[in-house]
Amino acid sequence: MSSRSAILERLRATAGGGPLPTLNPAVMERRHWSAPERVVRLRKGMEAVHTEFLEAKPATWPDVVRTFCESEGLKNLLLGPTSEAGGALAATWAPGGTQLVAYDRPVEAFKTELFTSIEAGFTGTVGGIAETGGLLLMPGPQEPRLLSLVPPIHLALLRASTIQDSFWSAVQALGWTRSLPPNALMISGPSKTADIEQTLAYGVHGPKRLVVVLVDDLT
Amino acid sequence: MHADTDILFRDSASQALLDPQLRANFRRAMDGLMAKRKAQFPDPQDLQELRELSTAIRSRSLLNLPTLLEQLETNLTRNGIQVHWAETCDEANQLILGLLQARGAKTLVKGKSMVSEEMHLNAFLEAHGIEALESDLGEYIIQLDDETPSHIIMPAIHKNKDQIARQFSQKIKDAKYTEDVDELTAMARKVLRQKFLDADAGISGVNFAVAETGTLCLVENEGNGRMSTHVPPLHIAVMGLEKVVANLEEVAPLYAILTRSATGQAVSTYFNLITGPRGEGELDGPQEVHLVILDNGRSRIYADPQLQATLRCIRCGACMNHCPVYTRVGGHAYEAVYPGPIGKILTPQMEGVGVRHDLLHGSSLCGACSEVCPVQIPIPDIIVRLRREATHTVATSSVMGKGSGRTSTEDWAWRIWAGVLKRPALYRLATWFATRFGRALPGSAPLLKHWTAHRTKPVPAKRSLSERIRAEGGPYV
Repeated sequence: MSSRSAILERLRATAGGGPLPTLNPAVMERRHWSAPERVVRLRKGMEAVHTEFLEAKPATWPDVVRTFCESEGLKNLLLGPTSEAGGALAATWAPGGTQLVAYDRPVEAFKTELFTSIEAGFTGTVGGIAETGGLLLMPGPQEPRLLSLVPPIHLALLRASTIQDSFWSAVQALGWTRSLPPNALMISGPSKTADIEQTLAYGVHGPKRLVVVLVDDLT
Repeated sequence: MHADTDILFRDSASQALLDPQLRANFRRAMDGLMAKRKAQFPDPQDLQELRELSTAIRSRSLLNLPTLLEQLETNLTRNGIQVHWAETCDEANQLILGLLQARGAKTLVKGKSMVSEEMHLNAFLEAHGIEALESDLGEYIIQLDDETPSHIIMPAIHKNKDQIARQFSQKIKDAKYTEDVDELTAMARKVLRQKFLDADAGISGVNFAVAETGTLCLVENEGNGRMSTHVPPLHIAVMGLEKVVANLEEVAPLYAILTRSATGQAVSTYFNLITGPRGEGELDGPQEVHLVILDNGRSRIYADPQLQATLRCIRCGACMNHCPVYTRVGGHAYEAVYPGPIGKILTPQMEGVGVRHDLLHGSSLCGACSEVCPVQIPIPDIIVRLRREATHTVATSSVMGKGSGRTSTEDWAWRIWAGVLKRPALYRLATWFATRFGRALPGSAPLLKHWTAHRTKPVPAKRSLSERIRAEGGPYV
């Protein structure tokens, strides 16, 4: 008998005893805030773990990104050229200064460059979490997974109107409860650790800085 | 594995108590963790509701376990993740070795996984010429010293920064001595980024496996979990078979209570949902993803209705942070993969109640663990149950090693005790002797010396209660 059958057979000999306990999700559903309050909560939660915010308007966010890159003296910024956010940024990017690098080939073709010479990565988001602070990302063909992980600075575009109350409500709103892409994730801040004497240190393996470009599209 | 030797928690705990540095390291860390957890649950009503919801979710998952595991397998397979089953740690190790060898993998990076510790996977792979590098900072620190984790969430909690500073300056090439935590972290980052870049494969654990969507959820702060699962071309995840949950909705409350209970964080830095390998048109992510589902005694624990609650555990570590014993002796004294209260009930069930029954007695049954447990595992009740299982052979019991902790000394002591209590004349004679001569008994007398080694010698009353009642003119009792 295979291990699979043996294990399942043993489990089946026990399973199914008694009625299933009922679930009372009231505690999860109590979290509701107005749209402006959601923005405040998200910022508070994320700033507490060293996330930086840049304020922008729907028409001006590419300039805000540009100004940030120039003021930080970034040599380059990696993005997905066919993604909605990446495409919009690339369309307005004037030559000179920080150079846009397109993540448009399989990672095997530029793994070393990605790890050693890319200074920042730019992604969109599919939402935010007000309760605890956090961004929801759905990497994919247009926006590769490592864009938000390997470069030392991660710039993420967040539209205020997409901020949900909680992770609980967000997974329902986004339909993640029924089907998910190969990778989806929540990010609440730059990479951190407290493994040495419980002392918080930022930038251990992932990005050292997380910069949210917060677009006020509520009005 | 400790199956052949009797390891006495009593002895290793005594040793640990003599180390003031170790005690200070744990005291400071546990005090901090308790305060941080408390701050995350300001409303006791909300906390209790969340605990009840989490308990119900985990109980439902267990009641449906075989069905959910099959559903998980079907959906993972549909998503392109290959599923493997292992009854024993050895079988799981062989499976992983086979997957690595088939792809010629020589180096791998690991995200934190307690199941892989249970399997002693690193040692096994190294014996077969494969370098398995831990990438969680805490795990990396202890791997440099060839140690095991002393806490399931913070594996290097037993060390302070001076010790880590010395270790890094000796063991990392070209490293200078510094006690600055940011600089130490930066050193590890430099070493490990190169390893992520070069690794042939990545191994991770799983916090929750979602049956309905076929998704593996990973909770972490450092980003090493994402690095290990997304950078190398091959990702192998390992999990105990109890980790499955019905759907992502049910994961939300578990995730909310996990990070708060574990480290007092409202949320982790990353919550990574892996539902497939590199998809159509994707430019990165692993080409292959595998999941190894391990039993290693879990189906036996599952067979007992009371002990099944052990499998509700979501591995937050709150029980150890709040345990008065763990806080004083640290994790290594348990000489087990899982230390602290959860380890006290898990280890004897996995390795046998006979060989590890000593662990079951290293508890005051104060109940701090079950009071903070996010899924309300009745740890003290299970300890008491297993203490009995260790010395009694109940035919219907499925407990491993049941009755094997029985010793002839204890057996005879109880027989004599019962014999005396069953015979009133003998009982009266015994109490007469104890009250008249008990105080003359030296503290070094056999059996009594175990008590007097750490405590004051008990002094019996001059007259027994029944004698005094009679002397006062009361009835004969």
